[in-house]
Amino acid sequence: MKTKSPNRSSLLLLKILLCLWLLTGVGLLKPAYAEYGDVVINKRSEKEGMRPVIFPHWFHRIRFRCKVCHNELGFKMRAGGNNITMGEITDGKYCGMCHNGEISWTIENCDLCHSGLPGLKSGVNGSNETSGPGRW
Amino acid sequence: MNKKLILSLLLLSLSASLLAQKAKWLPLKRDGLHDPQSPAINILQQPSEALSLLPPDYTGNQVSWVDALQENYIEPRSTLFSDTQVNTLEMDIVMGNTGEMPMVMFPHTQHTEWLDCKNCHDVIFKEKAGSNPINMFAILNGEYCGRCLGAVAFPLTECNRCHSVPRNAFTGKPGVQPNGYIQSMKPN
Repeated sequence: MKTKSPNRSSLLLLKILLCLWLLTGVGLLKPAYAEYGDVVINKRSEKEGMRPVIFPHWFHRIRFRCKVCHNELGFKMRAGGNNITMGEITDGKYCGMCHNGEISWTIENCDLCHSGLPGLKSGVNGSNETSGPGRW
Repeated sequence: MNKKLILSLLLLSLSASLLAQKAKWLPLKRDGLHDPQSPAINILQQPSEALSLLPPDYTGNQVSWVDALQENYIEPRSTLFSDTQVNTLEMDIVMGNTGEMPMVMFPHTQHTEWLDCKNCHDVIFKEKAGSNPINMFAILNGEYCGRCLGAVAFPLTECNRCHSVPRNAFTGKPGVQPNGYIQSMKPN
């Protein structure tokens, strides 16, 4: 019996490794990383029965310099610092300045912004090094 | 013998797949933010589609945004309205009060290509060099430079991108640099 035990343990190790390999291969063990600078906006969305909004900085900064939204459009540079309502967007403020069918698609495409998982907290996401300002 | 071979092969492939996890740009449905059930998943642009074409970095979005802009990989708009004035400034500031760390060089050029003066002055920083009590605790709490660095610009783990002026190589004076740019460096 004793001669068999190393064999058995190496078989067990093999099985464990195989399971880990399968899990990582299939993607079940892969950690989720939001893209750097993704902002979740959920002050009102879920209370109003919509998915939270995901704002991707990476997408917008390819097309607009920071100064366009943070100077011309008046977005404060602090997640949570902007009290955005759909009423204002409809009136052409905030996102509505571009999402009006002229510069970008219209706000009738609710789901394109309101695309987040239920229960997300508002704030900046995506840094796997610092988790955003002040959250180490 | 055979088992050892299989074992080592498995170990190899496991480490490879673990490495691949640090992989760049997860698809939206796996980023932990987007709802995989959302109709947006198949419509929105995937990060890899856009970001893989830009000059690489090893952190943040894995893109050097400053290079992307300066080397014309991207041409983001500066204004929406025709009457908005576009301001840029060529002025390096050296901050010498950095303890044992190399001094900080702040380049206005790269910042004003993205941002307007009013984004930082005077709300986040007073306009006079030397008049801001900047410190790393505040920055790590999202104040001063930490308003953007660590959130949308490169992470605060990249110390030497700001602390870039070795004390023994700098022969000039801290503060606003003459002719706009830092010139007084000894070869190290």
